[in-house]
Amino acid sequence: MTQVVERLQPWIATVEGRAQGAPRWLQDVRDKAAARFAALGFPTVRDEEWRFTNVAPIASTDFRPSAEAVVSAEQMAALPYGNLPLRIAMVNGRFSAGVSRLQNLPRGVRAGSLAAAFTEHADVVPRYYGQLADFHSRSFVALNTALAIDGAYLYIPDGTVLEHPIEILFVTAGDGSSAEMTQPRTLIVAGERSQARIVETYVTLREGTYFTNAVTEVFAGEHAVIDHYKVQQEGLEAFHIATMQVNAQRSANFSSHSFSLGGRLVRNDVNAALDGEGAEVTLNGMYLADGDRLIDNHTTIDHARAHCPSHEIYKGILGGRARAVFNGKIIVRQDAQKTDAKQTNRALLLSDSASINTKPQLEIFADDVKCTHGAAVGQLDEDAIFYLRARGLTYFEARDMLIHAFAGEIIDRVQIEPLRQALEAELYAQLANDLAEIDAA
Amino acid sequence: MLQIKNLQVKAEDKQILTGVDLHVKAGQVHAIMGPNGSGKSTLARVIAGHPEYVVTGGEVLYEGRDLLEMDPDERAREGVFMAFQYPVEIAGVNNAYFLKAAVNAKRKHLGQPELDAMEFMELIKEKSKLLEINQAMLQRAVNEGFSGGEKKRNEIFQMALLEPKLAVLDETDSGLDIDALKTVAAGVNTMRGPDRAIIVVTHYQRLLDYIVPDHVHVLSAGRIVKSGGKELALELEQKGYSWIETGAQPVGA
Ligand SMILES: Nc1ncnc2c1ncn2[C@@H]1O[C@H](COP(=O)(O)OP(=O)(O)OP(=O)(O)O)[C@@H](O)[C@H]1O
Ligand SMILES: [Mg+2]
Repeated sequence: MTQVVERLQPWIATVEGRAQGAPRWLQDVRDKAAARFAALGFPTVRDEEWRFTNVAPIASTDFRPSAEAVVSAEQMAALPYGNLPLRIAMVNGRFSAGVSRLQNLPRGVRAGSLAAAFTEHADVVPRYYGQLADFHSRSFVALNTALAIDGAYLYIPDGTVLEHPIEILFVTAGDGSSAEMTQPRTLIVAGERSQARIVETYVTLREGTYFTNAVTEVFAGEHAVIDHYKVQQEGLEAFHIATMQVNAQRSANFSSHSFSLGGRLVRNDVNAALDGEGAEVTLNGMYLADGDRLIDNHTTIDHARAHCPSHEIYKGILGGRARAVFNGKIIVRQDAQKTDAKQTNRALLLSDSASINTKPQLEIFADDVKCTHGAAVGQLDEDAIFYLRARGLTYFEARDMLIHAFAGEIIDRVQIEPLRQALEAELYAQLANDLAEIDAA
Repeated sequence: MLQIKNLQVKAEDKQILTGVDLHVKAGQVHAIMGPNGSGKSTLARVIAGHPEYVVTGGEVLYEGRDLLEMDPDERAREGVFMAFQYPVEIAGVNNAYFLKAAVNAKRKHLGQPELDAMEFMELIKEKSKLLEINQAMLQRAVNEGFSGGEKKRNEIFQMALLEPKLAVLDETDSGLDIDALKTVAAGVNTMRGPDRAIIVVTHYQRLLDYIVPDHVHVLSAGRIVKSGGKELALELEQKGYSWIETGAQPVGA
């Protein structure tokens, strides 16, 4: 990872100017992360993990840490998501109590500012913070870990069920006059037998180029049932790089549903470690891109223990000259007998100039396992279109029906009805736009 | 109802139909037989408007109108129906949802009010008994995971729902056991009527025991080389196709 030193210099300066005076354990984590970032620099396309995604446009932009900003209740209400009864509102990476909704939480649940939790929940936070996401070898994780000053914290005690879904809403605000970056950070600790549905949303109130570099750590205790939704709808000039690291304990059930609907250059890393027997992980994803946008999804499912099933379906729809990358790694370690891993990855190309680089990556070290994977990339099925037309549907109706069916497989799995509706509306509005452009051409 | 005159059709630079003449009147059932690769499906698909085929000569009139000028979906809404030899599986599209969309597309075209969910369920109930279509088949994705027989039944079920004026059934009997064949034939027979014409494409006399045709044609090397009554099918069953002179004059029905 040789770097053009001049490019890295301002970044290292920024990292050196990081916040000081945190509790010792935290300062220690930040210092180590800063050192790792300085040593790693930015990945290049020579790095196997970044072969198809060139982050030079990020590295060569002089992003300043975003300033504090205030968002009004009206602005919040106008956002496409975030209207759930419970929400942790984060503005430019900082907890915003005024526009959060955290009344009536069950006893013992903590939801709010991570900065506050660093001191107020010091018996729990240090056990997980910076311990799950790998800042030693991942430069963007290191950057976030060095610079994040606050974040969202959700702690659910053993045996507690969050009946209502909770939304963690990251809003980027600002006048759009300068290139700013934010380091959103989330820590979710779900105790034994706890249950929750969590929506992590990234939206913006500003225009222009900005950079979101997010890290989320999730610890799912024994028998915990966690449904996690990520909605990424950044501005169309924005860069969004994110890592979610999940640790699922014995018999925990964790599902991730990732929707990528915005951004100019987007990279999502979702890594799940099945760290106890009988743990189950589902990673689903849907992404949409047009124009010159790039969406890169990298997932890793690490089967470290026996008897763990995992399921994965990623689907994308690409128009214009959009590019996508999907890399689904499945590791089955030696002790992970009776692993049952299924992976499917499909992309629909609406235009001839859209493209995807996709690859499954199986690393299997146990012998009694079941791993299946399939990938399919292509245009709309002409035979299906003709079949529908032969039954009286117009070409446009037939096409819509097929596209909706394609996306429906992922959207219909969203278990929070208002969210499902909002996602469906957004997805189909964007698609209608893309298709109108294609038809006009 | 349907007049095909000297129809010549190409696909991928291959001349498949070399001059088909066929005249089908309302109320009639015509059977088209012929060896593999003779062009039977091509004829059916050209009638349905499949975009892969290029008409290089001749004409097709449907109720006096130029059928070849119409889009496939317009043909369908105007009452042309083809039961596919190989029905297409459509992942993610619920069969009942698709059927409702098809029925309503046609109703809208004809200026009739669209059916709501309740009315559609009534219609389904009425038509599904005959073809032994069960709830599971309605709730699955279109043709996905259907057995060969289920696919064929689903085709005729669509025909029953859409009530076409002209139906072309492309090897609807292939892959059916005798019970399924009887079910499908019964479904088709209830559709026979003075205002409807049906063209059955088949290899076997067996189907024609149940759907008795008024006329039988033999298609060979892209043209109709022999036509006759239902006894022609029996003759073909006994003697095969080789006795028919392929150079024979095409005979319109
Ligand atoms: N879309 C196409 N492109 C190229 N060749 C085609 C196409 N469709 C059909 N053909 C060819 O045209 C010939 C006739 O095919 P067709 O399917 O019409 O025959 P058929 O009489 O229905 O045969 P079968 O009894 O096997 O169903 C075959 O040689 C076939 O390979
Ligand atoms: Mg055929």
